[in-house]
Amino acid sequence: MTTFITRRLAIGLVMLLALSVLVFILLRLAPGDPIDAYVNPTSPLSPEAMQALRERLGLDAPLPVQYFGWLRTAITGDLGYSIQRVGVPVLPLVMERIGPTLLLMAAGLIIAIVVGVAGGIISAVRRNSPTDIGFSVVAFIGISSPAFLTALLGLYFFSVQLRWAPSGGMLTPGMGFSMSDLLAHLILPACLLSIGHAALIMRYMRASLLEVLNQDYVRTARAKGVREFFVIVKHAVRNALLPVITLIGSTIGIAVGGAIFIESVFNWPGMGLLLVNAVETRDYPVIMGATLVIGACVIVVNLLTDITYAAVDPRIQVA
Amino acid sequence: MMPEPILDIQDLRTVFRIGGRDIAAVSDLELSIAPGETVALVGESGSGKSVTSLSVMGLLPKKVGRIASGTIRFRGKSGVTNDLAQMDGESLRRIRGNDIGMVFQEPMTSLNPVYTVGEQIAEPIRIHLGRSHKQAAEDAVKLLADVGIPDPARRARQYPHELSGGMRQRATIAMALACDPALLIADEPTTALDVTIQAQILELLAKVQAERGMAMLFVTHNLGVVAEIADRVAVMYAGRIVETGPVDQVFAHPRHPYTKGLLRSVPRLGEATALKRAGTPLPTIAGSVPSLANLPQGCSFAPRCPYAIDACAVAVPALVDAGEGQLSRCIRWQEL
Repeated sequence: MTTFITRRLAIGLVMLLALSVLVFILLRLAPGDPIDAYVNPTSPLSPEAMQALRERLGLDAPLPVQYFGWLRTAITGDLGYSIQRVGVPVLPLVMERIGPTLLLMAAGLIIAIVVGVAGGIISAVRRNSPTDIGFSVVAFIGISSPAFLTALLGLYFFSVQLRWAPSGGMLTPGMGFSMSDLLAHLILPACLLSIGHAALIMRYMRASLLEVLNQDYVRTARAKGVREFFVIVKHAVRNALLPVITLIGSTIGIAVGGAIFIESVFNWPGMGLLLVNAVETRDYPVIMGATLVIGACVIVVNLLTDITYAAVDPRIQVA
Repeated sequence: MMPEPILDIQDLRTVFRIGGRDIAAVSDLELSIAPGETVALVGESGSGKSVTSLSVMGLLPKKVGRIASGTIRFRGKSGVTNDLAQMDGESLRRIRGNDIGMVFQEPMTSLNPVYTVGEQIAEPIRIHLGRSHKQAAEDAVKLLADVGIPDPARRARQYPHELSGGMRQRATIAMALACDPALLIADEPTTALDVTIQAQILELLAKVQAERGMAMLFVTHNLGVVAEIADRVAVMYAGRIVETGPVDQVFAHPRHPYTKGLLRSVPRLGEATALKRAGTPLPTIAGSVPSLANLPQGCSFAPRCPYAIDACAVAVPALVDAGEGQLSRCIRWQEL
């Protein structure tokens, strides 16, 4: 088990390195640089002054020099300073934002798993009934709706029209911290974030359970006189969950993308918002730092998924 | 005088709803099993033998399969006789795994891969006998020892994939025996196993049956297995029993052309070489099994039967007494 985790973490480090190279190159391929974004268009700087700024920040050096310069300090845990917020180090900036993002994603994922798994079970057990068909239609709408659309529509209906939930932020400004306030702010973005995933999990769960219900061991369970409820929940669902766990693990990376939209729409003070601002201002060090931290989180979550898988299925040997 | 049977099936008709039409998978089925007796139900795929056992268990596929008519009188461990064909789902559930145990064909797939063998054997004990987790787990280890699994305490903690095919089948037998049932239904329990393991499993089934005085319904397509384990045999063809009687009697003097054809097509040791030398192939039954949706008029076997006459196509022949405890559904049984 320890060997497995160590090996996976080592592979993860290599993946992070590859990710940093990729992001670095992509950023430099994009038109414009931090100086262009920094300069106020109404009072333009002279090209000479801009060039001087680039030289001071090292942006004129050859790309490999820039990359290895960044990497050398990054290995020591120093991700550099933000270009736009002068003098603010990247690491603390990113770390203070990771909490809210993880909270939002975890809440969204829990809702998606509970709704998706439960919906999938009901659909499979009542196959081809009006309930099943209704769930399927809802699931397809959920899968096909892009996050920016559901986020805006959700904001409009539930916050603006119905006034059920606050329209943005994580806490009410000026009020002290309270759990109920946090939950009130969390519930709507988390639900909207969960829609696509809940729908996908529901479809997978339904298909997987239908297949398992035809298995011989389900018939064996019935032949033993197990109550139908436990035939489903104890004997069938645990087997049907296996492919769904893989699905959940592999969609967490995609969930980051959704979270960025939701955070922008709901002004949620997380990584997404930070990243969007950083991209708009071409703040290279912040983009690098934020993608690396997100990448590290995804790698750890995928590792946790594999460990969960082994815990659910005794046939999988983690070694 | 025969003792009061444990299981007494009369006029059973089980139908499947396919394409808006009821198709009988089993018709006019009569079968009884005395306490301690082993009855083999033999037939080809699709002859209705498995449907018969599922009808008894109340495990016909929901919405599609149902018992259209007939009675299945079964005397449970408490001594009370009930008609299983009339019982509701919950009452049948209390009988399944408790009064009737069932062993299936595929030991590889009939155990749940995510639970330990011990847990799966303990489950019916907890459900039906109300034992605690700890007691049931201890009982499971004892049952594993009973079915001849060495080191049962360790095996009980293992998962099905850690056991060999033969050992898994022993475990499913232990599971079927868990609540000491009055009737064991074994549906092709040796078909998926190697020949050497088959013999061991048959021996085990015969042993546990003798020890417990249990009745057994043994479903198989293998006549060799029938000769080895059963007291009586019922041969099924196209959903009906065509011949039934004591095994020795039926094998020595088949009173139905189908049984006769089946017995002739079993190769005997040395016979294959003799036939080859003579240039004649192994005898087979000409034609193929008719579709249940489209059975011929009269006797279902008539189109393939070398003894068929015009009278065979008029009506389905009744099961008639052919003496020596044998019943035959052939109008010309005396001439065979």
